[in-house]
Amino acid sequence: MTAIADLLDQVRNAVAAQRPLCIKGGNSKQYLGREQQGEPVDVSGYSGVVDYQPSELVITVRAGTTLSDMQQVLAQENQVLAGEPPEFDGKATVGGTLACNLSGPSRPWHGSIRDQVLGVRIINGKAEHLRFGGQVMKNVAGYDVSRLQAGAMGTLGILTEVTLKVIPKPESTVSVRRTIGANDSLRVMNEICRRPLPVTGACWYAGDMYIRLSGPVSVIGAAAEQLEGRVLPDDDGFWSRLREMELPFFADAKDLRCISLRSTRDHFSEDADWLIDWRGARRWLAAGGNRDSLDKHVRDAGGELSQVRGAEHGADVFPQRSAVYRQMLLRLKQALDPDGVFNPGRLYSWL
Amino acid sequence: METAVLAAMFREFIDARCVVFADESKRPFECDGLSVYKQLPGLVVMPSTTEQVRKVMRLCCRHKVPVVVRGAGTGLSGGALPHPDGVLLSLARLSKIVEIDPDAGLARVQPGVSNLAISEACAPYGLFYAPDPSSQIACSIGGNVAENAGGVHCLKYGLTVHNVVQLTIVTVEGEIITVGCDGLASAGPDLMALMIGSEGMLGVVTEVTVKLLPQPSHCQVILASFDELESAGDAVSAVIAQGIIPAGFEMMDSYAIRAAEDYVGAGYDTDAAALLLCELDGTEEEVRHCAEQVTAVFQRYCARSIRVSQNEAERLLFWKGRKSAFPAVGRISPDYYCMDGTIPRRMLSRVLSEISRLSGEYGLRVANVFHAGDGNLHPLILFDESQPGELQKAEEFGAEILRICVNAGGCITGEHGVGVEKLAQMLDQFSNEELAQLNAIKDALDPDALLNPGKGVPTLKRCQEYRST
Ligand SMILES: Cc1cc2nc3c(=O)[nH]c(=O)nc-3n(C[C@H](O)[C@H](O)[C@H](O)COP(=O)(O)OP(=O)(O)OC[C@H]3O[C@@H](n4cnc5c(N)ncnc54)[C@H](O)[C@@H]3O)c2cc1C
Repeated sequence: MTAIADLLDQVRNAVAAQRPLCIKGGNSKQYLGREQQGEPVDVSGYSGVVDYQPSELVITVRAGTTLSDMQQVLAQENQVLAGEPPEFDGKATVGGTLACNLSGPSRPWHGSIRDQVLGVRIINGKAEHLRFGGQVMKNVAGYDVSRLQAGAMGTLGILTEVTLKVIPKPESTVSVRRTIGANDSLRVMNEICRRPLPVTGACWYAGDMYIRLSGPVSVIGAAAEQLEGRVLPDDDGFWSRLREMELPFFADAKDLRCISLRSTRDHFSEDADWLIDWRGARRWLAAGGNRDSLDKHVRDAGGELSQVRGAEHGADVFPQRSAVYRQMLLRLKQALDPDGVFNPGRLYSWL
Repeated sequence: METAVLAAMFREFIDARCVVFADESKRPFECDGLSVYKQLPGLVVMPSTTEQVRKVMRLCCRHKVPVVVRGAGTGLSGGALPHPDGVLLSLARLSKIVEIDPDAGLARVQPGVSNLAISEACAPYGLFYAPDPSSQIACSIGGNVAENAGGVHCLKYGLTVHNVVQLTIVTVEGEIITVGCDGLASAGPDLMALMIGSEGMLGVVTEVTVKLLPQPSHCQVILASFDELESAGDAVSAVIAQGIIPAGFEMMDSYAIRAAEDYVGAGYDTDAAALLLCELDGTEEEVRHCAEQVTAVFQRYCARSIRVSQNEAERLLFWKGRKSAFPAVGRISPDYYCMDGTIPRRMLSRVLSEISRLSGEYGLRVANVFHAGDGNLHPLILFDESQPGELQKAEEFGAEILRICVNAGGCITGEHGVGVEKLAQMLDQFSNEELAQLNAIKDALDPDALLNPGKGVPTLKRCQEYRST
């Protein structure tokens, strides 16, 4: 197993030589963000459960632990990490998942991995091993450096240890499918989500809307009866294929864009090939349309557009930011990684 | 800079009555909910638009004037304690609910809106805003964001940080920045999370978009009393270990029970050593299912009495005692000092008995009323400020309690913040390198240390002083 001392040494040497480092976990998220450059730091060898207290609903793992391994440990106690981040063939690590702030179809109800984080240990750009947050549900001492790491994609430090809260595994799930147009599905999904039902998924794909309910059998059975559509006791792994980006939609999309938008915003570019998740708050677009005009449309509606696949070489893929935002991010980068050794250019060309 | 000169500058763009200079008019702002600390500010400014906030910040930044932001002033760690030479920036007049989008489950509000006002405004749509601090009638959503406030329902629904999707911030330089996204996911580091709980030290929150949830169709409270604190503490862990996440799970000890019962007559068992309130919500099926299981656990831990609320009026009555516990305790003691440590749930009974032992040692009574499900303790140390030395004794006792919490694997503050009060305890929780990293973040966003200076994170110099004493 990799030792912390080795990772610290590598950072120290990189700083001394002013050489960039490229942080690697399971190497499963190359598709996200910009190309990585620099000498690889392999965190995948720094793995294993540090502490697990099922009665506390809290687990601490080293960052290189794979999500699948962790979920297996949790499953033995009938618990699960909420938010369903993708496991990517068992390659995704907990550290990488937090760094990219990923989640699955249940995001509107359970949040992303950022919402489960209680604390982290990181190596900063001074090669110091630091601990922020903790192992308890509530902790407001000091700034929230743990959640700041969510989405930073390693640009603000190397995650070495993560403490997460977990939830009891839902007893069962059931899905309801209904044939409907994309536009109408947005309205219907939002209407359903206003009701006090145990919804944990709301997606539109290829002419069908899927609603998932989770909980005790008796509860979801009664809830499903209130929804129009065909009850699918066995949903053919639809939700896991959605989560893992394994539906044909993703495989076929050469030019893949992901839009984050208020769920009630109108549907647009109706002729294009869409997949709508998160009850309308996430909209995937496969090919089609000029990126600039699409970007403007999304921005005007208060959303964010990211290019997931098919970006021009070297281009920025995440939404453009205001000068004030860029300055804030650059100053934070300076505070956590003064020599700029961690994953330069991975998130933005200017960071 | 001369305060009078600054006041004149503010009056050029803010109604003169909202730029307060006279001592007697500044008096109401001299402290927050932690009233043992008092300080008159140089000037109180009450803008009513984000644009005015920007201009205030620009002027203060240019002239290097310290700024302390104030919401409703209910904070319990001195976070809104004014700076003697600075501006107290009150956001109470930014109090509009800008937009409610019931279909998306979102509300966009100004920072001065009270926590409860949000839930009241969306109740007609069958929705509510989940985090509900006990101070919810008064405290502002801006203050909630700054403290990452929790409440009775956070066990199931999360803290402020889990229920906010977007913030508008005015930076110390007077620039506007939006963080987060009402589409839930925002690319890049979670700057919004960094702002939440930053105690007014990294920026001024001028707009908040919160998540609204459907009101559950059913809700029931189980009220159980116990002969021993320990068995009540263990029962809390046991319920959660069983896979049940109650909407709220609160505990009171005998002092708190009796004080609350005398005050509001909620029907509590006044001979008990501990009382648990366990709220379950969801569909009718779900609530019935869980209520049976919780009742069984309470029986197993030898509850003296178990009552399940039979209707909404009874549910509210059960809660009434808990909700008025702080003022009720205020009636049995001239003063009290509220602590806020958090511990792993399984340590509850051990830490509670430690506290009760120390209570004997210090000769100060302690009433406990707290968020047991989250392991968030609120020991109320009872004292009398008019007795020489008692306040100091209470503070020492409090510091000791927080040390116990850290040693039990917990932390020094679950929801009230560090403020001016727990600066020394930050050293129990963080190493010098960690504190230096936190200070570097502060320097990055507020290079001249103008926003709430001297609070939240001890400076390196103070660290050395504390560690050497
Ligand atoms: C009886 C009682 C019960 C309480 N119960 C709870 C509880 O259950 N849970 C809980 O979490 N807290 C509780 N509190 C503490 C307090 O109510 C919360 O911390 C609340 O969030 C503070 O809000 P406020 O508007 O009063 O903020 P203030 O006290 O005015 O300010 C608190 C801090 O936030 C900063 N601030 C305020 N507004 C802004 C803004 N717009 N932008 C940037 N910074 C800002 C201030 O500078 C200060 O540092 C309780 C307090 C009392 C008196």
